[in-house]
Amino acid sequence: MITLNVNGQAKEVDVDPATPILWVVRENLKMTGTKFGCGVALCGACTVHVDGKPVRSCSTPVSEADGKAITTIEGLAEEDGTFSKVQQAWVDEQVAQCGYCQSGQIMTATALLKNNPNPSDEQIDAAMAGNICRCGTYVRIRKAIKVAAGNATETQEA
Amino acid sequence: MAEAKKKKSWTRRAFIGAGVAAGGALVVGIAVRPGNPTDRLSPLVAKGEGEKLINAWVKIDADNIVTAIVPHVEMGQGIFTSLAQMLADELDADWSKVRILEAPADAKYSSSHIGREFLAPNLEVPEILEPTVSGSFLSLATAMTLQITGGSYSIRGTGQRAMRTAGAAAREMLVAAAASEWNVPVGELRTENSMILHDKSSKSATFASFAAAAAEQSLPAKPKLKSPKDYKLMGKAIARTDIPEKSNGSAIFGIDADLPGMKYAAVKAAPVVGATVEAIDAAAAKTMPGVLQILNMGDFVAVVADGYWQAEQALATIQATYSKTEGDGLDQDALFTRYATMLDEAGDTDGDVETEEGDVGEAFASAATKVEAEYKVPFLAHATMEPMNCTAWVRDGKCDVWSGTQSPLMARKTAAETTGIDIDNVAYHNAYLGGGFGRRSEMDVIIMSTRIAMATKYPVKMIWSREEDTMQDHYRPSATSRFQGGLDKDGKAVSWSNIHTHLFDPQEAPTVPYYNIANHKIRKIDVPTHLRFGPWRSVDHSQHGYFIESFVDEMAHAAGKDGYAFRRELLAGSPRHLKVLDTAAKMSGWDKPLPEGHGRGIAFVPSFGTIVAEVAEVDMTGKKPKVTTVYVAADPGFAVNPDGFAAQMESSVAYGLTAALYGEISVKDGAVQQSNFHDYPILRINEMPDVVVEIINGDHKRLGGAGEPGLPPLAPAVTNAIFAATGNRVRELPLSKVNFA
Repeated sequence: MITLNVNGQAKEVDVDPATPILWVVRENLKMTGTKFGCGVALCGACTVHVDGKPVRSCSTPVSEADGKAITTIEGLAEEDGTFSKVQQAWVDEQVAQCGYCQSGQIMTATALLKNNPNPSDEQIDAAMAGNICRCGTYVRIRKAIKVAAGNATETQEA
Repeated sequence: MAEAKKKKSWTRRAFIGAGVAAGGALVVGIAVRPGNPTDRLSPLVAKGEGEKLINAWVKIDADNIVTAIVPHVEMGQGIFTSLAQMLADELDADWSKVRILEAPADAKYSSSHIGREFLAPNLEVPEILEPTVSGSFLSLATAMTLQITGGSYSIRGTGQRAMRTAGAAAREMLVAAAASEWNVPVGELRTENSMILHDKSSKSATFASFAAAAAEQSLPAKPKLKSPKDYKLMGKAIARTDIPEKSNGSAIFGIDADLPGMKYAAVKAAPVVGATVEAIDAAAAKTMPGVLQILNMGDFVAVVADGYWQAEQALATIQATYSKTEGDGLDQDALFTRYATMLDEAGDTDGDVETEEGDVGEAFASAATKVEAEYKVPFLAHATMEPMNCTAWVRDGKCDVWSGTQSPLMARKTAAETTGIDIDNVAYHNAYLGGGFGRRSEMDVIIMSTRIAMATKYPVKMIWSREEDTMQDHYRPSATSRFQGGLDKDGKAVSWSNIHTHLFDPQEAPTVPYYNIANHKIRKIDVPTHLRFGPWRSVDHSQHGYFIESFVDEMAHAAGKDGYAFRRELLAGSPRHLKVLDTAAKMSGWDKPLPEGHGRGIAFVPSFGTIVAEVAEVDMTGKKPKVTTVYVAADPGFAVNPDGFAAQMESSVAYGLTAALYGEISVKDGAVQQSNFHDYPILRINEMPDVVVEIINGDHKRLGGAGEPGLPPLAPAVTNAIFAATGNRVRELPLSKVNFA
């Protein structure tokens, strides 16, 4: 048994400690917001936070999260469902298309803003370059991050 | 079940015909019996046993909630919202009280059987019938026979013809019911925000209160559609309804299917398509934790386990041997050589003539300037972010399938055919698609998944690794295209001759050039390949846009003319086309100088009913091209949701730029060499140009598509910009193969 702290809740799972966090979260804990994209940490769709830092859950054994706090996309909103600033910016800027990569994008953006509340375009690009979006929502991702940071210069037509 | 979280459970019976469904909901699902529509319609309705042609429905419940039932799938294009906008606008519904339901994959509901029995395949509804209820039924039936979301068809086809008519018909039925009850003329009533109002008597009522009575009304033969000045929802940038759930992880995709007792399958297919798995050594795999079954399915190996990771780990230890096939010896160079040989053999006359006007031979022979060029593009993978997957459960003579497909009814039929179970006992459950781009119109995953399910006792979720997804795609075909163009002494284009290899069915790209050149001839030759191919965003426009727009640019250069000015000459007489071209040029500041090492290129491709011109700005001062800005001017007739339309243009730029910069699937010894994002790279945010979109509403009666038309001009706009900056004409994609140093 491994005891995990996921989104503030203690969870016990009976898995091989080498199992990637991704599959434990999706299959054992039934939290499917975290997505499988490439399996080798190339696309970022599986991004979660471990102790606040973004990690690729497809390539991180669950044993590495033992005693640490895992945050998934399901853990970003308030308990009453109110979206986090980043999530709300994603809605306001109409970012998602197919939406499959967006959990990972939002997790990476959230970690970025935690460390750097006012990122430049270059800093946004550098931080987000590990997350692939096949629908190409990048223009809106940049914008949404600025909106969430409170430094957008213009707002999009609603 | 996970599905239930997203969608209300579906009861088909409630939606057939008009009536009051359980819970007091009015269902305006209007049926037309064959034989009684208009005289014009009769010849189209060949025969009938009282079968019903069923519309895209609208239901209204006791709480005055209007539900639009959309017969298309959501794969990022925002179609749920746009189609509901069209229906709700004609209905005068209160948008805050509109809900959306994806139509089920049920032939009885979807009217596919009607399409088969009453309509010739691919029948186009005569324009005169489009605005009628019957016409819209026929139109929808045609679409639903194909049951595909693709071809940028949803708005221009289903939306324009069927959803609007359905909304308008429901509105008129509600009004007629109120007029009868209140004993006032229909003309004195108006509708607004899901209310019916009689101003003279200050009476008002909700749609819901007349729902039951409306269901008793006869069907209006020709519901009146709004003119654009009366649109309240169409043309507005309404927020997409699916974005909140895609921002908090609650959206359910095919890969998220969850069933009690579900197991997981990892699969590996024979690397060379067509080969069989002759033998496997699974000794190690058998003993691995969680492994339940190891299946040699003939064309692929599957490991079923308690968890996906366990299945994948076990699969990796299995050694397999494969049969030899004719494709084994083939590599990419040999393929292009084969294309070249076949094009050589076709000479000046052979091949299928797609279009011919004037005398190309004579015009070219006597041309003052002759231009010739050959272009090549490689195979491309779709690389949807959600890898291929499907969940199936076969038990007790029943089959259930969960996936995200562009073709739900086809998926259901395929599952029935694969399992041999009667289609009435096969249910298909669709979810959001984590990218489609044409890939999810293929049925291979449905077949594989149901075959695995037949060999097991439990629900099994089959997930392809990214490697399988990359190596077992149905690829955008590689192609070679050759051109000869003639210019007269004034630099006017007088001849255009093109022959290209061809692998698409159906063909989408222009058989008639959109440029006005008196003598032209376009031929194609079919080229065999063992690789599987299929529709890829914008289908063959993705190739021909690049070919044609590169060659036009070469002709312009040979004529000593600016690429924009040269295209203007060729579009003279097509004012809508010209306006789009002019708009893109103006947006980009076409005549303004750029810094040293920068270039600007223009390209123009009408496709899927939408006219698009793009100008790309490229910075060539580094080691590789950097596209800094793309200006997109597009005329889709009328943009139902302008922000959604702009999003599709941005998306097409990114998808097209990935292909132009990096996209290449190559073959060695018959097998695809690429496997994951390290060798099949996708554009990342630091490479994403700014995208500026301007929409021109050029003809509100004939709408164009959104998902695909932004893509074809992208690659040639970029390569034309590279030429402008460097003088280097790129005649083969991707750009990563070109040394710009």
